[in-house]
Amino acid sequence: MSVLIFIDTTDGHVKKATLEALSYGSKIAEQLGTTAEGVVLGTVKDDLAALGQYGVKTIHQVAAEALSQPDAQVYSKVLAEVATATGATVIVFSNNLNGKAIAPRLSARLKAGLVSGAVALPDTSNGFVVKKNVFSGKAFANISVTTAVKIIALNPNAYQVVAGEGTATVASFASNVTAGKIKVTSSTKASGEVPLTEAEVVVSAGRGMKGPENWGMVEDLAKVLHAATACSRPVADAHWRPHHEHVGQTGIAIAPNLYIAIGISGAIQHLAGVNRSKVIVVINKDAEAPFFKAADYGIVGDAFEVLPKFTAAVKKLKGIA
Amino acid sequence: MKILVCISKTPDTTAKIAFTDNNTKFDANGVQWIINPYDEWYSLVRAIELKEADPSTVIHLVTVAAADADPIIRKALALGGDEAIRVNADSHDSFYIASQIAEVAKHGGYDLVFTGKETIDYNGSSIGGMVAELLDLPYISLATKFEISGNKATVTREIEGGEEVAEADLPLVVSCQKGMAEQRIPNMKGIMGARTKPLKVLEPVAVDTLTAVAGFELPPAKAGVKLVDPENVEELVRLLHEEAKAI
Repeated sequence: MSVLIFIDTTDGHVKKATLEALSYGSKIAEQLGTTAEGVVLGTVKDDLAALGQYGVKTIHQVAAEALSQPDAQVYSKVLAEVATATGATVIVFSNNLNGKAIAPRLSARLKAGLVSGAVALPDTSNGFVVKKNVFSGKAFANISVTTAVKIIALNPNAYQVVAGEGTATVASFASNVTAGKIKVTSSTKASGEVPLTEAEVVVSAGRGMKGPENWGMVEDLAKVLHAATACSRPVADAHWRPHHEHVGQTGIAIAPNLYIAIGISGAIQHLAGVNRSKVIVVINKDAEAPFFKAADYGIVGDAFEVLPKFTAAVKKLKGIA
Repeated sequence: MKILVCISKTPDTTAKIAFTDNNTKFDANGVQWIINPYDEWYSLVRAIELKEADPSTVIHLVTVAAADADPIIRKALALGGDEAIRVNADSHDSFYIASQIAEVAKHGGYDLVFTGKETIDYNGSSIGGMVAELLDLPYISLATKFEISGNKATVTREIEGGEEVAEADLPLVVSCQKGMAEQRIPNMKGIMGARTKPLKVLEPVAVDTLTAVAGFELPPAKAGVKLVDPENVEELVRLLHEEAKAI
């Protein structure tokens, strides 16, 4: 019996969402009186042993050539081997892009009940019940998992990273898995920017900015806050901003600690993508904008006047000249 | 080419979310039902575009639902698609639903299975991956573009902070999101034609469920917005730093 946590990496580095999953999985292990273990597929540049500070005692590393391509079919086969060999009863993923690709496959493979989008620790007082987001952030469901092995995909930013003391033992796990059928031929990443789904602060703007040429002041604010930039659907549809910045019901759903919405009216479809944010700030010159009803803080004012002041005030707070 | 498009019935995006029976059931009273937007706008419309490019393409729709989903299926048929299959079962367990779809797929000899990236009600993002595993097929999730040349699919998918292009031979399972296609509205010819397209009803195969909904909760109401004077933005920053501890 153990809790097994999937360590997700990008370019050889452990993702922030994984640190949350490790902290969360370790807490479940403590709750169940068992140990937390990690599993990583492929080679990694970061010091894996140091991940022990997030509560894992052992990390199983599988370094098979077949894992060089990010193929959920291959990954789920290997993870099933590791889970079975280590006797894992709870398997934890981050509900990020890789989690969404792999966890359902593993669930079907092991016939292990999956809760995707978990937002809290399981309630193990009577069975195994996990709270998750449903109705695009408008409600929660408590899902009872009725199988011996359980899989949880934890929503990014739903659980605080807990760092303590400790070093993990890294053990290599041999697998003779063969290569999959998917071949990645190219990938492009906006370098230097904070990925939207991992950002703790997001600065988002809408049609109120009047045109793409005015985004400089949005980016200035984002920069001083170390924030990712986002936009509303009309802005992406008008090609003012790239589509991967579109947050909302049909775009990306995010849950940062702080979401700052500038010149966005707050249509219900937009709210569905951002309503899980912990703190929402709305800046809009229309006092009747529906977004104010969902906001924690607001300024009724002209973005073109408020934004430079906002940036200056943050600089002052952080002591940036 | 033969495509299976998975369709789900969901409450309208603007529907009021409430629960009944001691918070164990979704309150469907007054709710308008739609085709899950990811299923409709992206996977179904992309399948229709592929059929327009190659008229020999056959599109089948599948849904796992009770008879009250029939109007949604007819609407999907009005957009396009040759026939629909409804597996007559009402379940919220992803594995149960995926198993029913996989059963249909096994007998249909499909080259391609499309799902939406998630449903807007249960937000599971699970059906595509589970169907792929049950069929032992490769799976490309969160696709934003899909092109086909002969037997080879070229698919663009989202990765953190960017995108990557992957290639795979058919058969293949793909989950679709924004970028795949643009929303369409059914025309009169489509609506008339949909009435006579076949809608087969199959009984479900026996499958164990792996999860059950124990109950629902609504999030606590927001305390209300705290408005700050636009002339005093420093006060907002102070509140965010000291009170909300967000910066």
